[in-house]
Amino acid sequence: MSNHNAAAAAAFAKLQEEAQKDWDRLREKPLILIGAATCGRAAGALNLLEEVKNELAELKLDANVLEVGCMGHCYAEPIMVIYNEGFPAICYGYVTEGVGARIVRDYLTEGDPGIEFALAALEPNDMFPTFADFPRGIHENKIVLEQCGFIDPQNIDHYIATGGYVALTRALDMTSQEIVTTIKESGLRGRGGAGFPTGIKWQTCLDAPGTTKYVICNADEGDPGAFMDRTILESNPHLMIEGLAIAARAVGATKGYVYIRAEYPLAVERVALAIEQARSKGLLGDNILGSDYSFDIEIFQGSGAFVCGEESALIASMEGEPGIPRHRPPFPAQSGLWGRPTVINNVKSLSYVPHIIKNGAAWFTGIGSEKNPGTAIFALAGKVVNTGLAEVPMSTTLNELINDVGSGIAGGKKFKAVQIGGPSGGCLPESAMDTPIDFDSLTRAGAMMGSGGMVVLDEDDCMVEIARFFLDFTQQESCGKCTFCRLGTKHMLDILERITKGQGKPEDIDTLTQLAAKVKAGSLCSLGKTAPNPVLSTIKYFRDEYEAHINEGRCPSKMCKDLIAYYILPEKCERSCDACVGSCPVEAIGDNEDRIKVIDQEKCVKCDSCMVACPPQYKAVVKLSPPHLVEEKDREYREGKQKWQKQ
Amino acid sequence: MAETVTITIDDRQIQAAPGEMLLWAALDNDIYIPHLCASREEAHPTASCRLCFVEVEGRPAPVPACTLPVTEGLVVKTRSPQVDSLVAMGFELLMSNHRLDCKNCSANGNCELQRIAKARKLRLKPKNLPVLDKNLPVDDSAANIVYDPNKCVLCGQCVRACRKSGNGTLGFARRGYLRVVTTFGGVPLGESNCTNCGACVKVCPVGALAQK
Repeated sequence: MSNHNAAAAAAFAKLQEEAQKDWDRLREKPLILIGAATCGRAAGALNLLEEVKNELAELKLDANVLEVGCMGHCYAEPIMVIYNEGFPAICYGYVTEGVGARIVRDYLTEGDPGIEFALAALEPNDMFPTFADFPRGIHENKIVLEQCGFIDPQNIDHYIATGGYVALTRALDMTSQEIVTTIKESGLRGRGGAGFPTGIKWQTCLDAPGTTKYVICNADEGDPGAFMDRTILESNPHLMIEGLAIAARAVGATKGYVYIRAEYPLAVERVALAIEQARSKGLLGDNILGSDYSFDIEIFQGSGAFVCGEESALIASMEGEPGIPRHRPPFPAQSGLWGRPTVINNVKSLSYVPHIIKNGAAWFTGIGSEKNPGTAIFALAGKVVNTGLAEVPMSTTLNELINDVGSGIAGGKKFKAVQIGGPSGGCLPESAMDTPIDFDSLTRAGAMMGSGGMVVLDEDDCMVEIARFFLDFTQQESCGKCTFCRLGTKHMLDILERITKGQGKPEDIDTLTQLAAKVKAGSLCSLGKTAPNPVLSTIKYFRDEYEAHINEGRCPSKMCKDLIAYYILPEKCERSCDACVGSCPVEAIGDNEDRIKVIDQEKCVKCDSCMVACPPQYKAVVKLSPPHLVEEKDREYREGKQKWQKQ
Repeated sequence: MAETVTITIDDRQIQAAPGEMLLWAALDNDIYIPHLCASREEAHPTASCRLCFVEVEGRPAPVPACTLPVTEGLVVKTRSPQVDSLVAMGFELLMSNHRLDCKNCSANGNCELQRIAKARKLRLKPKNLPVLDKNLPVDDSAANIVYDPNKCVLCGQCVRACRKSGNGTLGFARRGYLRVVTTFGGVPLGESNCTNCGACVKVCPVGALAQK
């Protein structure tokens, strides 16, 4: 064995040498990186790429331009990084149309780096702060995301030159049990949501009888507000591929699959290309690097059912059956795809594996907390200023993640709650902000780690409506097989819908709580078992909002359309301004006898246009809840007018 | 040759074949546990109706009896406050989505839902939940069979029977609350490849499928 693998080490050294040459060549000229993952593309990264290329051509400048993945600062997309001699490398954000060309021109022709567009420098220097100088940088500890945004995901040499495939080469020298033991000792817990120890899963599969075994990467990310897996696959697909290959070596599988949803076309494309490149370099396929070990990967595109993220449903879907979970045990590690022992790991779990093999189990347990080693990767979304991807050590608090890493709430609004763990997570209030982020603490607080979606909510978000929104998602994504999930979530959703429409009954909260407890206890799979979490956690922490809806017909956040009315404050209305009238799509706004604008409540469709259109110096349009407050306001206005006329 | 294990159900000691699912061991010994979807022939339990919960000594939460292989010394209770409330809720959920018309139903007197209601002293008409009637058309297009999807509890017995003894006409379609037993493409039974063998009618526990 060692003979084979001495040869493998030599073969790999050659690959490394080539890759390093390719990598060094990049920096011989100015190097421009443009973040073009899905988030960047949505913000116009492809236009920026073209603009920069055109500008370089026009100025006859020689520079390397690379399309890279996402650095995690999605809020500032499009993002561009320039490495140029004489200056520290600078990362620019919000590089909108025209700006990219200007930076390139000024920087590369006149030596003006355009610091007004700089987000931060990448290396410590005397001129600009680096990311590490911001509160965000203090908390961040990038392991999985380290190379994201800094290497070309379509060039395997970049991955190899930055330390890639070293772990796989090392794994060739290890026995299956040695690899499994290392992962066990690292304490790695599955990042797909449940937090099950990865090493134990691998050991079960390794010990399972049979010679044909499979490994599957679960990339069926489908939570609203979550985009970690997508970003990793788009920015650094080889990391997952290397992790999957090591997993295969550990359990004795020769075939692996990447189960990825077809709604992620860019990720599918980049993973496919990465697999092809790894194969051409001898890192996948028969006799990897000339060793005795063979392993290959195939992509399976799922059609995007949320429940297919559940292991047994995922397997059913791959076998050509409807994606419906089945009773476990047996667990897939014992009897999975085609009845063979199968390890299924999430993209993130697998992405830690090469780092653990390379740096050792002790290194990994040194990060995070004792029972939750390593880092947590979160997709920050919602009302937070700095939306994007963040990787922080486990046990960082919610407060640190939202206020330091995310820079707090946008628009000067007040924080209300954070929804963690995807649609089946929970909503935690201000009082829970000191909760450390890890599997156990979040579950105790009534939420869950889930796959790492984090939606920040502010004072304008109605918690009943939020619960309804997430339950609507899980209800629709339920496979419908088992009674509790199919009918329990349906009844819960119906009740929530009634409450948000002001038709709630006093007993509704109790009924919801009872149903939720039973759906949790009675459901077949985790989708049903966790579906009631948003309802339970909002009732626990925001019961007063439920009561306001039910007892007073009032939505405290003024979000539920049936419980609000739009009203123009007469004292604030600038009579000659017609902005609201022009914006109203249903002609519900007219003048009264004093030429003050008045909304016809019968006609109003509550579209919010008038509120947006009313110039900020007037701010005359307000929302009232409950809607009958309009009549009171009208009466006040008439009485005030009479009094004034008498005087 | 037949090796057996001794288990205790509701303080009664019984013998069963090791590895057999508890539900069958109990039923064979005249201990009734409510169930709709379970099938003895099925190698892997569907465990979808969620009615056969029992309390197992040493386990914190109730377990479906159809998924629990018996082992020596297993101690089980078919009734406990936890089990009863779970089964009551599961039953109420099913009944909230079952068109109730016992008087005119072919299964009247021989209905599994009536049997469960009687055994567990549960009401057929849901007490706390509103009735969700999908109001789907009744399919009487086949020569001998009438199918009323509004009565169906989605136990899947007919789908299995149809695959085994019939023509594989019936199957599940759609997701979540819209899940339904239907033919390929949703065509009426009379226009499908149904052979009117009646295997589905024989196994339907609730009268959703009936002989004309």
